Amino acid sequence: MKDNRYSESDVTTQPVKIAARNVQVYYGDSHAIRDVDIDIADKTVTAFIGPSGCGKSTFLRCINRMNDTIDAARVTGDIRIDGEDIYDKRVDPVQLRAKVGMVFQKPNPFPKSIYDNVAYGPRIHGLARNKADLDDIVEQALRRGAIWNEVKDRLHAPGTGLSGGQQQRLCIARAVATEPEVLLMDEPCSALDPIATAQVEELIDELRQNYSVVIVTHSMQQAARVSQKTAFFHLGNLVEFGDTDDIFTRPQDPRTESYITGRIG
Amino acid sequence: MLPLVILIAALALGGYFLARRRALASAQGDSRNLHSLPSYYGYNAVMSVAVPALLVLGLWLLVQPMLVQSSVVDMIPAEAVPEGSSVNLIMSDVRRLADGLDAAVSAGALSAGDATDLSAADDLRAWLAERGVAIGAEISPEVLAAAQAYREMTATGNFWRNIVVALIAMIALFLVLRETDAEFRARNRVEGGIKALLILAASLAILTTVGIVLSMLFETINFFNLHPWTDFFFGSSWAPNFRGDSDLSILPLLWGTLYISLIALLVAVPIGLFAAIYLSEYAGPKVRATAKPLLEILAGIPTIVYGLFALLTVGPFLVKVFGRGDAGLLGVDWMSGATSVLTAGLVMGIMLIPFVSSLSDDIINAVPQSLRDGSFGLGATQSETIRQVVIPAALPGIVGAVLLAASRAIGETMIVVLGAGAIARISGNPLEAMTTITTRIVSQLTGDSDFASPETLVAFALGLTLFVLTLGLNVLALYIVRKYREQYE
Amino acid sequence: MSDIPNPAAPFADPRGASLLVQDGRTKRRNAAEGRFKLYGIIAIVIGLLMLLTLLFTIISRGTGAFQQTYVTLSVPLLEDKLDKNGNRDLEDIKKVSTFGYSPLLKAAFENKVEAAGIETDLKSKDMADILSKDAAAQLRDHVLANPELIGTAAEFEFLTNSRVDGYLKGRVTRESIANDKNISAEQLDFVDVLIADGSLEKRFNLDFITGADASDARPEAAGMGVSMIGSFAMMLVVLVLALPIGVAASIYLEEFAPKNWITDIIEVNISNLAAVPSIVFGILGLAVFINYMHLPNSAPLVGGLVLTLMTLPTIIISTRASLKSVPPSIRDAALGVGASKMQSVFHHVLPLAAPGILTGTIIGLAQALGETAPLLLIGMVGFIASNPPENIAEGLMSPNSAMPAQIYEWAKRADPAFYERAWGGIIILLVFLISMNAIAVLLRRRFERRW
Repeated sequence: MKDNRYSESDVTTQPVKIAARNVQVYYGDSHAIRDVDIDIADKTVTAFIGPSGCGKSTFLRCINRMNDTIDAARVTGDIRIDGEDIYDKRVDPVQLRAKVGMVFQKPNPFPKSIYDNVAYGPRIHGLARNKADLDDIVEQALRRGAIWNEVKDRLHAPGTGLSGGQQQRLCIARAVATEPEVLLMDEPCSALDPIATAQVEELIDELRQNYSVVIVTHSMQQAARVSQKTAFFHLGNLVEFGDTDDIFTRPQDPRTESYITGRIG
Repeated sequence: MLPLVILIAALALGGYFLARRRALASAQGDSRNLHSLPSYYGYNAVMSVAVPALLVLGLWLLVQPMLVQSSVVDMIPAEAVPEGSSVNLIMSDVRRLADGLDAAVSAGALSAGDATDLSAADDLRAWLAERGVAIGAEISPEVLAAAQAYREMTATGNFWRNIVVALIAMIALFLVLRETDAEFRARNRVEGGIKALLILAASLAILTTVGIVLSMLFETINFFNLHPWTDFFFGSSWAPNFRGDSDLSILPLLWGTLYISLIALLVAVPIGLFAAIYLSEYAGPKVRATAKPLLEILAGIPTIVYGLFALLTVGPFLVKVFGRGDAGLLGVDWMSGATSVLTAGLVMGIMLIPFVSSLSDDIINAVPQSLRDGSFGLGATQSETIRQVVIPAALPGIVGAVLLAASRAIGETMIVVLGAGAIARISGNPLEAMTTITTRIVSQLTGDSDFASPETLVAFALGLTLFVLTLGLNVLALYIVRKYREQYE
Repeated sequence: MSDIPNPAAPFADPRGASLLVQDGRTKRRNAAEGRFKLYGIIAIVIGLLMLLTLLFTIISRGTGAFQQTYVTLSVPLLEDKLDKNGNRDLEDIKKVSTFGYSPLLKAAFENKVEAAGIETDLKSKDMADILSKDAAAQLRDHVLANPELIGTAAEFEFLTNSRVDGYLKGRVTRESIANDKNISAEQLDFVDVLIADGSLEKRFNLDFITGADASDARPEAAGMGVSMIGSFAMMLVVLVLALPIGVAASIYLEEFAPKNWITDIIEVNISNLAAVPSIVFGILGLAVFINYMHLPNSAPLVGGLVLTLMTLPTIIISTRASLKSVPPSIRDAALGVGASKMQSVFHHVLPLAAPGILTGTIIGLAQALGETAPLLLIGMVGFIASNPPENIAEGLMSPNSAMPAQIYEWAKRADPAFYERAWGGIIILLVFLISMNAIAVLLRRRFERRW
């Protein structure tokens, strides 16, 4: 339907934001992610695609160290954001996650008001000096989440009272409220209907102007629509990574081709 | 009556074998031709014989005494009731005399003819005592006549009862045998009977509640006939005495109850909640597997143990700290006795810790992990997540748990009986002894006062109030939890 | 659709750019995190400390009750005092009351003092006073059982009175008896001599576990045995009644009940009854079973009935959970081969749920064993459980006490000797509870199936 509009844009000249080298992830004894090397560029939308269980979400969660919350998970290798190793002992995951935001598969607004949902992140990180500042931050975040016009009159209504698509946009607004530099999105549209999906996809397109966006998706069409770079994962390995156009029209690896043509998946 | 029951049992047992055989016979001896397994025909017979007969027997046993009693009461003229007594007391004399005469006759001390020929001669009481029949008061002619009538009516009633019930059993046996054949759906009938039994068992719950309410309601009404309800609910002093002009109001007791419960909650809720938070959010599996069962042990200890602990350990310890003047730890003399609000409250708090902790644990675990993930994803620390996301989400459930704990504290008896003392007063000093509703229920019902006096009946009014109070708290807790749980579903 | 403002952030970001440096705010937040965790640990430690204190108190105060002080004496069973006619006729011997045996005890002490060469100023009456008031009765019972002993001198072990017992256990000191009329310092000196002599000692007291309760004046003779029988009788009633009724009700509610308002009411009632204070059940028992149905006061049968009503909700709730845990596929499989619904429940579901039901019942029984408040109202306290019942019918219908009620009764008597016995009784009660719970846990581990 919609071609990748930005295939010849200034994607290739963007600096590398996230650099991963030789990343392995173990769940207990099982080796879930093997030998992943990837450079993710700034101000770009990078898509992770691949069949279910191939490890794309797992790798995504390494980037903001969410795997730390799982006792059985162990991560080795090098992941650097702006050149700093995020698994360094000196790094506090709390600070990391202010810089790397996340949006989850199923919208999970807190049972608080819309305002409080968005204000939560800035509050705990102390980003606002006073209430007026906080109001500004909230408004800007809601605008960035493309939901301001719909909720500006009911900021104190509960966040759980919105529709599915609105909730997800609220979660996106919440994630950008802490002014992250990277935005991780784990299948953000899989729980949404087509109209809400279209809204979110348009939003992602706008977001890339300010953030490095990494999106995990099981829909190749979605990857083709929104991303500039695509990485194909299979059985825990990063099989191929490159410009979205190239991946979908001229895949190098036979496994990539099998997936794209639908023979596996 | 025992022979009657044996007869019914024999008929039922015989019915089992007869029906079974009859069923098999009608199937030409091949049990495969029967609708149900052969034993079901037998059980059907047992059911059909025993149930109607026993039902009628039970009803008869219930109703006959009431009927006999009411017609005998009519026989006693009002003038025969002495001063200060009542018809009920006369009737119990009548019953005892009748039972005594019957017992003497069956023991052979008195012939049946002599028993009916008795007249209210002098010293009838002593004469009877010689023969092993003890009567409390002197026997007036009216009482004797009433007792004789009682005996006669009961005997007639029993006679007809036995006839009717035996007949019912026999007719039932005849009928059930007649309908037994290979086509008859015995299993369905039997299963229907079993289902009726199951329903009966389930309704016992309702019966119990009804029983609780009614048993207290009647006596409470009796109490309010003797003592104004306004004074009970709004009066300010509790001072029962034998002269009859007692002060019987619930407010001092309510104050004691609520004060002690408050202290108990102040102890149990913070400790229980924090313990639950740590165990469910922070603790590793090994710590959780050891600490949780150990805390649960506190819940399994009987309350009498806590009561003794309060009276003999905590109380004296507090006295050592807050009392005894120069000999005490703080050098003050604020506390004189071991029983006090603080003693009972502290110990009750300890008892409630596992209660609050395990309820909160369930509630906290029920908060979806996605909320925690969302909070972590924004860079919150674990304590921030707990304080600002998890606990607010779990708050309705926690409030429900606190209400349930309060209800438990209000209804607790043994800890306060031993640890809180017997003095009813309204005071703010937790080092003083203050009694509670439950303590007074025990003391008023186990004391020496006459059962029909307001001092004893007040216990039922107290019990009813307690029941309504705890019921209200439980219903409120359930409502709050249910109303707010919907946001997750 | 959206209106994104100037991408340049309008507000100042106070955070440092490097992740490797922990900024001040994060440090403070982590400190708060540490404090928060500490509160949790403190709470758990307090809870466990309370548990330890409780257990320590129980054990340290209660083990004393299992030891009792005895005196061994040789008592001359003088024929001229006990059997004047010399016929060894039991009727004649019975005519000698307990009072008649006291001179024998005095004589025994006189003989002892002479034989062992003990110097004392005490009169023989004061010497005999160190014995329990039970001693003469004990002697009499033995003679009545063995009349052929009259005329000989027999060795007996007598309980000493509670003051002497307290002296050996450290409760009673020479200072504390200054105003005590029941014992004097000279008597304590005499006791010391007897200890040195070896005839007075503290040893294990089985009678505490098996014996009957005793009156206020004789705490040394008080035992738990008869009240244990009362408790067992009640538990029997509860088991026989609550288990079938509870399982029947659960089966109905879980498998057969339609989802209508009647079922709702039943379920609401059950969960309410589970939370009703136990004393209300006592009132119910008093009003219905004793006043209306005229069942005997203080009978274990009545106690058992009241406890049945109290335990029913617990058993119903745990049975329903067990029934629910059996997967529907089992029921479907049974129905698929043509079993009726009732057959599928009784032949398939119930046996599979049985371990869970059993566990729940044992736990319910354990809770019922420790209940005291309702028993107080139906009269199972204040009664001295002095004679074991002869048979089962008597065990159920004749007045008796129960273990927790007995403990309460002893606690009410405000005598340190009785307090010790109360703690000892608690130890016995807890031993039962721990065993029952341990059995329940073992059963659960052994038979639980994970679907």
